[in-house]
Amino acid sequence: MTATASERAAAPSSGEPLLRLRGIQKSFGAVHVLRGIDLDVKAGEVTALVGDNGAGKSTLIKGIAGIHSFDEGEYVFDGRPVTVHNPKDASGLGIEVVYQDLALCDNLDVVHNMFLGRELRHRGLLDEDAMEKRARETLNGLSVRTLQSVRTKVASLSGGQRQTVAIARSVLWNSRLVILDEPTAALGVAQTEQVLLLVRRLADSGLGVILISHNLNDVFQVADDIAVLYLGQMVAQVRKDDVTSNQVVQLITTGSTGAEGASA
Amino acid sequence: MTATKKPESPAVAPEPWQAQNLGGIWRSYVAKVRGGDVGALPAVLGLLVLVIVFSILRPDTFTSELNFANLINQSAAVTVIAMGLVFVLLLGEIDLSAGFTGGTAAAVMGVVMTNHDQGWFISVLACIATGVVIGTCIGLLVARLGIPSFVVTLAAYLGLQGVMLEIIGEGGTIPFENESIRAITDKNLPVWLGWTLAAALVLGYAAVTYLRNARRRRAGLQHEPTLLWAIKTGSLAVIAVLFVGYLSRERSLNPAFKSLKGVPNSMVVILGLLLVLSFLLGRSAWGRHVYAVGGNAEAARRAGINVMWVKLSCFILCSSVAAIGGLLLAARNHSVSPQTGGNETLLYAVGAAVIGGTSLFGGKGRVVDAVIGGTVVAVIANGMGLLNQEPGVVYIVTGLVLLVAASVDAISRRRAAASGRA
Ligand SMILES: Nc1ncnc2c1ncn2[C@@H]1O[C@H](COP(=O)(O)OP(=O)(O)OP(=O)(O)O)[C@@H](O)[C@H]1O
Ligand SMILES: [Mg+2]
Repeated sequence: MTATASERAAAPSSGEPLLRLRGIQKSFGAVHVLRGIDLDVKAGEVTALVGDNGAGKSTLIKGIAGIHSFDEGEYVFDGRPVTVHNPKDASGLGIEVVYQDLALCDNLDVVHNMFLGRELRHRGLLDEDAMEKRARETLNGLSVRTLQSVRTKVASLSGGQRQTVAIARSVLWNSRLVILDEPTAALGVAQTEQVLLLVRRLADSGLGVILISHNLNDVFQVADDIAVLYLGQMVAQVRKDDVTSNQVVQLITTGSTGAEGASA
Repeated sequence: MTATKKPESPAVAPEPWQAQNLGGIWRSYVAKVRGGDVGALPAVLGLLVLVIVFSILRPDTFTSELNFANLINQSAAVTVIAMGLVFVLLLGEIDLSAGFTGGTAAAVMGVVMTNHDQGWFISVLACIATGVVIGTCIGLLVARLGIPSFVVTLAAYLGLQGVMLEIIGEGGTIPFENESIRAITDKNLPVWLGWTLAAALVLGYAAVTYLRNARRRRAGLQHEPTLLWAIKTGSLAVIAVLFVGYLSRERSLNPAFKSLKGVPNSMVVILGLLLVLSFLLGRSAWGRHVYAVGGNAEAARRAGINVMWVKLSCFILCSSVAAIGGLLLAARNHSVSPQTGGNETLLYAVGAAVIGGTSLFGGKGRVVDAVIGGTVVAVIANGMGLLNQEPGVVYIVTGLVLLVAASVDAISRRRAAASGRA
């Protein structure tokens, strides 16, 4: 894990963002959901994506992840324009998504969930030993200590542990960009803290991270960059240190900060 | 998600195989069962009770060697169909037409074998191919069009009865004259071969599990304690010896006229299917995907699993295995009629899978469940027949047993949800 982390840290080119979106448009029939979105995500940073309900956050990340394709706009990954039409394209680029509902199989254990759809095989058969070892190494690499056994069924895990499994799954592969949709929404204080630490650790190991959250405390705790969506438009992408919580609230609710104008 | 509110520390239950002594193994097993993970335990206990009750009520007929062998041949078809159904049930779907799929496949086989004078090999091929075709049609309608499997297979249930009538003709039958086919349910293995297979089975199990444990120990992974391994292997050996020993005794009513002993051939078919299908389900990525789709289809889809293919292939497998079940039915009756695979066949098969511990809610179950449940169903039918009960009473009792099994399933699910186990 440490080896891959340093590889990742070395990889990102200076200044050039890992992901660059320009002028993204997306409509569902007559509903124009995304109206010219620009977004930069740098490797090694947490970019928070905030906005009110229905602002288009989930629609945006689903497009990035290839669940549906954008109607228009530039999608540049690692300096190269790419086309992402399905989840396979996205994971081929190293983009992993941890969905709001986690998408774990309760009837399978931690190892099986982490390798779901990408099982390691040995002579055509499941290589349980190798998967178990790598699952453990990955969890250890993320300093996850709350799981006693990787052979526990996911149904018996707490919300924070489930979130941990989902996040660990996203970094098992040579991922470059991890997208987290409200990872702390259902968690208590202690578990939120743990998940946020984990999110920070992902970025520190050199990955690009997009964090969707409605909780500005969380955002200010871990984010480097804050991008605000308002009715399908990107009204601001600013450094965390350049704004106050109140300004962000104003951006989210009205689309502007009035006099101070922190938008970029 | 009830677990969300729980404190962090005791969230992970102790692994069953962390215990290294008898007491510990027992305690962790009890904890597992208490937590709602009952597996095939209710079925095994129920089976024991039934066997004891019938043995007391009908000591000379029920426990006779002849009846024991008879029981195996009686249960073979339903058990085989149930094994295929497990795959569909694991998805949370149902196949109501599996019985008549078997019947139709047997009818096609009869036509190929009797009317076109083909040998057993071509005939069996035609039988299984019929299953594949039917399974493909059902699977495409369910997986591709998204019609509920209940409706699709209900339609197939009706439609296939019609197909059978068309093939066989009303009131007609197609005889199964082929000796090789009849031998499946009429003949037995030579005694020595029965013992050889039993030895191979036990030694094979012992070696495979021992090597796996050794490998995991070396890799520093959790492994089954040697004691537990010894208990399991020993139990398997004892069961195998009792089984083969009893079946190797002379059971003919008139040995001078015709000797009758050895493991029935149909049992080899059941064991062979059990091994192959369990291996497929437990050790292949495809098998893992079946569980994933049954547990959370949306999660499986997002993980890049081809959900449609998994569903389609399960229906194809179910129908193909049902075709083999139909073959066994026809072989036992020496003919195929429009009723083959009808009546209670399908309900007994679904009952067998559920009684064995396969969940109707999907995501939970094993192929061996079908064998255990199939035995329960067969013992009820057989034992109550020996008690001279009317068929009506047998149906009522079997129906009640199925209800009990479904309740155990539902209750253990609730318990599992409450205790956080799946
Ligand atoms: N498949 C769809 N068809 C039609 N409209 C859609 C579809 N998906 C999303 N929308 C619309 O797009 C808008 C943005 O939805 P989206 O889910 O992206 O919001 P969000 O920012 O993620 O909100 P929340 O914070 O509640 O998760 C909403 O008005 C929604 O109704
Ligand atoms: Mg959303």
